[in-house]
Amino acid sequence: MNYFELFGLPQDFRLDVEQLTERYRELQRSVHPDRFANAGALERRLSVQHAARINQAFQTLKDPVERARYLLELHGSDIAGENPKLDQAFLLEQMELRETLADIRSHSDPHAVLDELSDTVRQRTETLIHLLGEQLQEASAQSLSAARTSVDKLMFLNKIHQEVNEMYDELMED
Amino acid sequence: MALLQISEPGQTPAPHQHRLAAGIDLGTTNSLIATVRSGSAETLPDDSGSYLLPSVVHYRRGKPPLVGRAAQAHLSTDPQNTISSIKRLMGRGVADLSGSGFRLPYKMVETGSNVPRLHTSAGDFSPVEISADILGVLRQRAEQSLGGELEGVVITVPAYFDDAQRQATRDAARLAGLNVLRLLNEPTAAAVAYGLEQGAEGVYVVYDLGGGTFDISLLRLSKGVFEVLATAGDTALGGDDMDHRVAEWIMQKAGIGEGAGHHQLRRLLSAARRAKETLTHADSAPVKIALEDHSHWEGELSRDQFNRLVEPLIRKTLAPCRRVLRDAGVKAEQIREVIMVGGSTRVPLVRELVGGFFGREPLTEVDPDKVVAIGAAIQADILAGNKPNEDMLLLDVIPLSLGLETMGGLVEKVIPRNTPIPVSRAQDFTTYKDGQTAMVIHVLQGERELVSDCRSLGRFELRGIPAMVAGAARIRVTFQVDADGLLSVSAREETKGVEASIQVKPSYGLTDSEIEQMLKDSLSHANEDVAVRKLREQQVEADRVLEALRAALGEDGDTLLSRSEREEIEAAMTRLHTARDGGDAQGIKRAIEALDERTRAFAARRMDASIKKALRGQAVDEVKV
Repeated sequence: MNYFELFGLPQDFRLDVEQLTERYRELQRSVHPDRFANAGALERRLSVQHAARINQAFQTLKDPVERARYLLELHGSDIAGENPKLDQAFLLEQMELRETLADIRSHSDPHAVLDELSDTVRQRTETLIHLLGEQLQEASAQSLSAARTSVDKLMFLNKIHQEVNEMYDELMED
Repeated sequence: MALLQISEPGQTPAPHQHRLAAGIDLGTTNSLIATVRSGSAETLPDDSGSYLLPSVVHYRRGKPPLVGRAAQAHLSTDPQNTISSIKRLMGRGVADLSGSGFRLPYKMVETGSNVPRLHTSAGDFSPVEISADILGVLRQRAEQSLGGELEGVVITVPAYFDDAQRQATRDAARLAGLNVLRLLNEPTAAAVAYGLEQGAEGVYVVYDLGGGTFDISLLRLSKGVFEVLATAGDTALGGDDMDHRVAEWIMQKAGIGEGAGHHQLRRLLSAARRAKETLTHADSAPVKIALEDHSHWEGELSRDQFNRLVEPLIRKTLAPCRRVLRDAGVKAEQIREVIMVGGSTRVPLVRELVGGFFGREPLTEVDPDKVVAIGAAIQADILAGNKPNEDMLLLDVIPLSLGLETMGGLVEKVIPRNTPIPVSRAQDFTTYKDGQTAMVIHVLQGERELVSDCRSLGRFELRGIPAMVAGAARIRVTFQVDADGLLSVSAREETKGVEASIQVKPSYGLTDSEIEQMLKDSLSHANEDVAVRKLREQQVEADRVLEALRAALGEDGDTLLSRSEREEIEAAMTRLHTARDGGDAQGIKRAIEALDERTRAFAARRMDASIKKALRGQAVDEVKV
C-alpha cells in the first residue's frame, strides 16, 4: 500500500492539504499508541509501527518537494545518485542570490534586503511547484525527466530558504 | 482451573472498574501529583494540606530519606546530604555538570559508570534514584488518598528533554514501582488543562518558565487533537538562575567573597528567592542575610533593580520563541492564546516581555504551579481507559534531531527535529574491510554539525554480520522513536537476511544491569522482596493482556477470526490464566509470549480494520457535505 492509498487519496501531485491533514488525524486516532496504553506488548508494538508509517507518509505527502520525489519514485524514476542537469540561467541566479546573502551585513538596512531576498526565493519556489504539478500530471518520459530537474531546483531553493532563515536569526542576535 | 469469561458476540465486555491513575509533574523545584475524581482533575495535598512537594531529598545514615518540606529544613544546615534541583542532573554525565558553570554544593563521585553519583552519608546515589525517592512519596500520597494501588501514571517532562533525560525519568519511575502510561511534554499537559476547559480551536503558545528549565511550544488544537507543531527551549534556564543573579548582587553589596561556604551559599539563595517572591506584588523587598562572622547584612532590592538583574535571562527566552514560530511557519498574529506555566511566570517582567513579544495578554487563570499536573491527570485518566468515548489525542514531535557520526567527526541527521513521533527511519551501512563482522554506530542528538557539539546518546555495537568482502554487506539499521520520545535501534543484514545483535552503551544513561542492581538495593531498603515484586509485575501485565484481549475478541472476534483460530487463542488465554495464578514470574512471562504469538495475526487484522474504518468514516463525511 503506497502513501496515497494509505490515506485513501488519488495518486496526484495536486492534493488538498486540508483533506490530507484531516485524514492524518483520523488515522492517528485509530492507531496511535495512546489508544493502546492498556493493550498487551504485541499490540503496543504494532501500534507504534503503524503510527510511525502514517507519520512518515504524512510528512512525505505534506511537503511538495518530498511529494514530488515520492511520485517520481512511484513512477520508477529514482532521482538519487544522478547529477542534476541545471540550466545556466538558474545557476547564475542562484549564485547571485547567494552573494546577496553573504554580503547582507554590508547593506545599511540588511533586514529590508533579506525580506526582498526571501520574497524572491518564495516566488521562484511557487512558480516551480506549479510547473512541477503540470509535469507530473503529464507523466510522459520527457515530462518526468523535466520534473526531476524541477525537484533538483527546488532543493537548491529550499537550501537557500533555510540559510535566509538562519540569517534572520543571526541578525536578531546582533 | 479458572474459567475464562468471554462475552456474547456483539456485546462489549462488562464495564470495568474505574482504574486508579494519576498525573505527576516531576519538577525541578516542586513536584505534584493530581488525579481525576468524579469528573474533575485536582492536585492531591499531603497531610498538612500542601499540594506542592519540594523536590528536595535529605539522606540520613541508617534511616529512610526525608523528602519535601522536611528535607528542605536541612538545606542550609546539612547541604551535602540534602539534594535539591536533581532534575537538572537527570540524564547528564559528570563532564556536563562540571562544564555547566552551575555551582553544585554536592560531592560528585566518579564510579566508572557514565552516570554521576552524589555522595551522602547514607551512600552514593544517582539522580535516577534520588528522583525515584521523590516519586515514591507522591505515589504513597496518592495511594493513601485514593485508597488503592495506582495502575498507571503519566509523568511530565520538558518538551526539550533529550533521549537520555527521558530515559532517566522512565528509569526513576520503574525504581519507584510506577507503571508509566506515557511521558507527556509539560506544555502539552498545560494545554490539555486549559484547552478542555475552554474548548477552543486554534494555535496556542505555551510559555513554561520553571525553576530550572524553559520550554516554549506551539500547539494546534483541532477537533480534539492536540498537535505539537514545534518546540524549543533551554534545559538550563529558569527561576533558579534568577535567584543566582540576585544572590550575586547580594554578595557584591554585602561584601561576601567568592570563597563563601555551602551554608552561606544556601542562605544567599534562600534570601534571593524570598526577595524575588516579594517583588511579584511589592515594589521593593527587604533583604537580610546572616554572615559567617555572625553579624548581619541588611539591604533593599527594588523592583527596578531586580528587573535589571533578570532582564537578560528573560530576553534569552525570546530567541526560542522566534524559532518555534519560524519552525511552524506561524506568525505571532495567528496565535490564539499564550498560556503561562511555571512559578517563574509570576515575575511581572516575564509577563510583560512575553506579552509584548506575542502582542497579547498571557493567560494566567489556572495556577501556573498546578496546570501541568492537572493536564497530566486528565491524560492519565483517558489512557487508563476510564473514558472510552474520549476523542482527545495528543500528537507530539521529537524535540532535537537524531543523527549518526560519519567520517571526520561530522553528524549526519537521520530524523530532523520537530518530526512527529512515533517515527522510524532506516539507514543502510556497509563494511569497509573484508570479513568484517561487527561495527559501531554512534548516535547523537542535536542540531550542530560536529559530533563534539552534539549530545552523545550511545554507541550501538552490531555483531553477527556475516563475513563478506568489503562493501558487499548491506546492513539496514532502523531507528525508532516511540510516543514517549525514546529511541530504540534494530539492525539486519539484508543480503543474507541475518538479524544483527545490538549492544547498547548509553553515553549518559544507566545500563540494564545497573537499573537491576538499584532495584534490588531500593527494595531491600524497603524490606520488599525482589521476587515478589517481579511476580507482581508479571501478574499485572498478564491481567492487562487478558483484559485487552477479551475486549478485542468481544469487538472483532467473530468477524476477523475463524472458529479454529479463535479456539487456539482461547486455549492460550486459559494457559496464561493458569500461569498467572501459579507463583512463577518466568512462567507467566512465557505464557504471555506464547499468547502474543497466537494473536499476532489477529492484532494485525484489527489494526488494518481500524485504519479502513477511519478512512470510511471520512468518506461518509464527505458524502454528507
